[in-house]
Amino acid sequence: MTGSFRFGTPQILFALAVGILVIFVAVPVLLIFFNALWVDGRFNITDTVKVLSEPDTYKALINSLILASGVTVTGTIVGTFFAWLVTRTDLPYKGAMRVLFLVPFMLPSFIGALAWKMLLSPRAGYINRFFMETLGFSEPVFNIYSYHGIILVETMYLFPFVFIQVCGALERMDPTLEESARISGADLFTITRKITIPLVAPSILSGALLIMLYSMAHFGTVAMLGIEAGIYNIPTLIYERIHQSAGSFGAIRTGTVLSTVLVATAALIIWLQNKVLSGGRYQIIAGKSFRPTEIRLRGLRLPLLAFCVAYIGFTIVLPTATIFLVGGLATYGLPITPENMTFDNYHHILFEWDLTRDAIWNSIGLGLAAALITMFAGVVISYVIVKMKVPGKGILEFLGMLPFSVPGSVIALGVILAWSGKYGVNIYNTIWIILVAYIARYMAFALKANSAALEQVHDSLVEAARASGATMWQALRDIVIPLVRPGMVAAFFLIFLPALRELTVSVLLYGPTTRTIGVAIYTLNEDGETVYAAAMAGVALIIIVTAEVVVKRVFKIKQ
Amino acid sequence: MSSVKIAGLSKSYGGRSILHGLDLTVEAGESFTLLGPSGCGKTVLMRLLAGFEAPNAGSIRIGDTVVADGGTNVPPDRRGIGMVFQDYAVWPHMSVRDNVAYPLKIGGVPADERDRATRAVIGQVGMAGLETRMPSQLSGGQQQRVALARALVSKPSLLLLDEPLNNLDANLREEMRFEIRELQQKLGITVVYVTHDQEIALAIADRIGVMDETGRLRQVGTPDDVFDRPADAFIYRFLGVANFVAMHRAGEAWCFPDGVGVWEGAPPEMEGDRLTLGCRPFDIDLARDGAGLPGVVTRASFLGAQMDYLIEAGGVTFRAATDSRRALRDDRRFEEGEPCRLTFRGAQWFDASASEGGRA
Amino acid sequence: MSYLKLAGIDKRFGAVAAVSGLNLEVAPGECVAMLGPSGCGKTTTLRMVAGFEDIDGGEIVAGDKLLSSKAKNYYLPPEKRDFGMVFQAFAVWPHLSVFENIAFPLRIRKLPQDEIRKRVEDALRHTNLTGVVDSRPDDLSGGGKQRIALARALAIRPKVMLLDEPLSSLDPHFREEMRFEIKDIQRRLGFSILYVTHDQSEAMALSDRILVMKKGVVQQVGSPRDVYYRPANRFVFSFIGLSSFLRVRFAGGRMVVDDLELPFDSVGEAPAELVGAGDGVLAVRPSDVDFVDEGGLRGVVRRRSSLGEIVDYQIAVGSQTLRVQKTRHESGPQTGETCGVRFAMSNWYPMSDATDG
Repeated sequence: MTGSFRFGTPQILFALAVGILVIFVAVPVLLIFFNALWVDGRFNITDTVKVLSEPDTYKALINSLILASGVTVTGTIVGTFFAWLVTRTDLPYKGAMRVLFLVPFMLPSFIGALAWKMLLSPRAGYINRFFMETLGFSEPVFNIYSYHGIILVETMYLFPFVFIQVCGALERMDPTLEESARISGADLFTITRKITIPLVAPSILSGALLIMLYSMAHFGTVAMLGIEAGIYNIPTLIYERIHQSAGSFGAIRTGTVLSTVLVATAALIIWLQNKVLSGGRYQIIAGKSFRPTEIRLRGLRLPLLAFCVAYIGFTIVLPTATIFLVGGLATYGLPITPENMTFDNYHHILFEWDLTRDAIWNSIGLGLAAALITMFAGVVISYVIVKMKVPGKGILEFLGMLPFSVPGSVIALGVILAWSGKYGVNIYNTIWIILVAYIARYMAFALKANSAALEQVHDSLVEAARASGATMWQALRDIVIPLVRPGMVAAFFLIFLPALRELTVSVLLYGPTTRTIGVAIYTLNEDGETVYAAAMAGVALIIIVTAEVVVKRVFKIKQ
Repeated sequence: MSSVKIAGLSKSYGGRSILHGLDLTVEAGESFTLLGPSGCGKTVLMRLLAGFEAPNAGSIRIGDTVVADGGTNVPPDRRGIGMVFQDYAVWPHMSVRDNVAYPLKIGGVPADERDRATRAVIGQVGMAGLETRMPSQLSGGQQQRVALARALVSKPSLLLLDEPLNNLDANLREEMRFEIRELQQKLGITVVYVTHDQEIALAIADRIGVMDETGRLRQVGTPDDVFDRPADAFIYRFLGVANFVAMHRAGEAWCFPDGVGVWEGAPPEMEGDRLTLGCRPFDIDLARDGAGLPGVVTRASFLGAQMDYLIEAGGVTFRAATDSRRALRDDRRFEEGEPCRLTFRGAQWFDASASEGGRA
Repeated sequence: MSYLKLAGIDKRFGAVAAVSGLNLEVAPGECVAMLGPSGCGKTTTLRMVAGFEDIDGGEIVAGDKLLSSKAKNYYLPPEKRDFGMVFQAFAVWPHLSVFENIAFPLRIRKLPQDEIRKRVEDALRHTNLTGVVDSRPDDLSGGGKQRIALARALAIRPKVMLLDEPLSSLDPHFREEMRFEIKDIQRRLGFSILYVTHDQSEAMALSDRILVMKKGVVQQVGSPRDVYYRPANRFVFSFIGLSSFLRVRFAGGRMVVDDLELPFDSVGEAPAELVGAGDGVLAVRPSDVDFVDEGGLRGVVRRRSSLGEIVDYQIAVGSQTLRVQKTRHESGPQTGETCGVRFAMSNWYPMSDATDG
């Protein structure tokens, strides 16, 4: 504080923040761009264009767009409709429905894709077989290995993005905005159409863009369902190339070019979203809170309830049950009857098979390590960004949020470029490279949670401590750290939970003994070990759901 | 208690000059209020006093210690001040007792003495019995009392109050401003209080310094000084509802804007042919007939203790107020549309530019 | 002659009685303010009139139109009641232009296009909104937004306007300006106003009659002068305007304040039944206390503070404190001086009047 010491606390913190972000985030991303746009040390855009115009890459680009657009449209419609239903109508059990609609958020979509493959693959799928064998249909009713199939499955798992945003907007909206329309003479359906929906449009749009962002960069579902039918999107093509060529120069180059396109698209989407959020969002939160008037569904009440129950049964219960049942089958393809069921598969993958056992411990270890490291790094960096008045912190902010727009496959590729010996450190094929990638990938989560917590700590709280006689360190220790602790805990779980079910990054980085849960399920399925894949998926579901529930409990108790 | 001496103090942010060579002395044991519109630099001055900012030039002396001049800037934790913030800044993770005891804990005061001092000051601010409450269980007014207790507990030589009553509702604000004043007098502590609310300033200050938008101190004086003898029209306007009338001279007489009405009070002691007459609502006396400026009541509102009028007279609209009980007793309660006569019990004269902004 | 009529209105939220047995009639062109502390049921009452809340007892009628009736189990939804309403938080629709905001109720009523245009222009003129027809509400200040809300409520030319703390979100100086604008518009257009506020000076300035509520029960209905000069009980006295209370005892034809004894006529006329009762409360407004050189009730000035045009005194009388306010032009004692006070107007309440809770 006094001008006398030049390398005080602020400078140390600042250097630390910059160092972490540059090493973990900036270097890998820059190497991607460099590889994509420079050939033999010279900037060469023609070569880049050439890679892009190859039929395979071009096709993958188009596929990414088709799939993402499809999922965005369907997910937005489904999400908005359910959000309206649970916040603005007298639907029975809407509180429970609201919780259930969020369940897909915690389930990994590639496990869903695996389940749907078992239900709706054209020949072996249980539903198709039921229609053909029992009901005498001559053809399968639905082929999941198709654009429609992929869009359907992704929609089931991504619609909560819109659902959450719209629910939030509808609940926080000032009820007098609607009441003033009623007193103006408008009935409830006119109000919904003319007032409510337009007012929450920015939230709908923002949720839709989130769906788009995730779907563009989505690996699991497309890999599970698309490859069979020759449908590749950008992430699956990157995976395919890197895997087949074992890291050849050509493959890496194609990968980096595709990555650049992906990053550019994602950046565009995020830019659009920020525009929507900052410019278009109306100030609709205010005033005394009376509960908004519920629309009486009258005769539609029970049919709509039945519809919701059917939706939840179809999208959550059915696939989950399928996973567990198939995981218990003696051999894949047998009818699901009691005499064909066994616990041997579960026993085998949990206690006998190194590959699956390693995967479980790898995932848990990686999750814990990544969460801890990122949580602490996140506090330091957010403190510098939020609380310190240092020049150049805009760059820090940009670097920290960068991973939000950098899809997992791109981060994985960047990490390969940076850490496989070319620059002195070779951790390729070890667990460390996955950890490094996780830290880069989840840094933004930690920054968001910690910044939010730090912003709550108003400057005057710290100043009051200084005026009370506390030095800067004492103020940090006694005031700042205790107050951001909830943010740190939140950051930990925001990282640990998704890391448990991560696939996109680790599938590009795993070595023989460094499979994660996601990789284990994916490779088992690829190798035709459907029953073991299902059993492993079942175990994964139990671990993930248990972790989620424990976390929610802990948080509830704390609040 | 300590005096505060500020000399030639300047502060700018990114090329924008906020304070430019400000001089001010606050006497030991005095309650001094810095009054000014938002953005006038009064909060910056407060932060310079506390040590959260360093001045670009000039010096600050608290008691016998120079806390800031060209080379040194003593950090806030070594200035021995107490401070209360607009947003309370009560630490949400500490109980009332822990909040108040914190300055003593940091200062290494032994536990038993700490307890005694903490209990005493909590009692002084009227929070006894609530020691174990967490801030989230307290109302805004109670939180501000905790903040006040925390600022007082280590017996600071100087107490800085940065708009501490802004976030409170009107009744509480009125109650607490008197409490702060009483506490200050009882403890004999030096207080610098920053506010934009002239009623608070008048009520709690021994002396007031009025600042304008450009960061200049326009007048320093007792509440009666600044209210009754304002240095200029800015201060007059800032301290309450004011009528400004553009007057012109016609021979010996001073005429109202309509050119007909003539000023009957004492003539101004200022030079010039055009001047501004300033008067407050209660300066205007209303009568049914007799001498005075003829006018017509265009709006009359009964507000309880007082009647509030708008009156067209002399080519301008006056805002006038009378005690409603007296008005009733003396049959001087006017309805809308009624004619009346205005006489002026008090007035201030300013130069012509003051009336360009119209009625405040 | 009344237009809006509330008879025996009850409202419960769970086990809590929010409004009990409320009666009110509002005449055409009349402005009635409902005043009370927060949670007194005034807003609930307004919302029952608007139709956002159903009633648990009684009947609400507007003209010859039944709005709500418990006995007939009848409830007309808000969109059919044809009221204009203005809310505290403006509630203008940010996605519609100023014009479309105001035109909304007219479009709902399917009025022809040129009639809509004409009425919107009328409403804009009445609310002094010009040159902003095509703006977005978010481009306007709080006062501008509240004018849009007012214009929107005026557009259907309602017979009754319901105002729910319409000024409390505005800056203080704007609040005063809008207060009189609303009054002006009402005079020109002649509608009735039912107005909810917790600001007594606003209620005084705007309304023809004030209804004072406490805990769901009406305490008094009367003109501003009635409630100010003839408050029905101690609660109304203390809620309307500043107040100061002295506990007194009557003994042997004289009045005793702590250890000070003095004849009745030096302070004012206490009602006979109180004089017989032994103990009582003298209630005065600080502006109704005069300083006298000789006699009166003697006290010491504990504090004299200038509030600008008003000077505020705290006078210690025995162990009690009396508050006095004088304008700057009236002379008064200094801090620490002994003085005499006389009560120009006073109210008396029995000790047992617990309405000031």
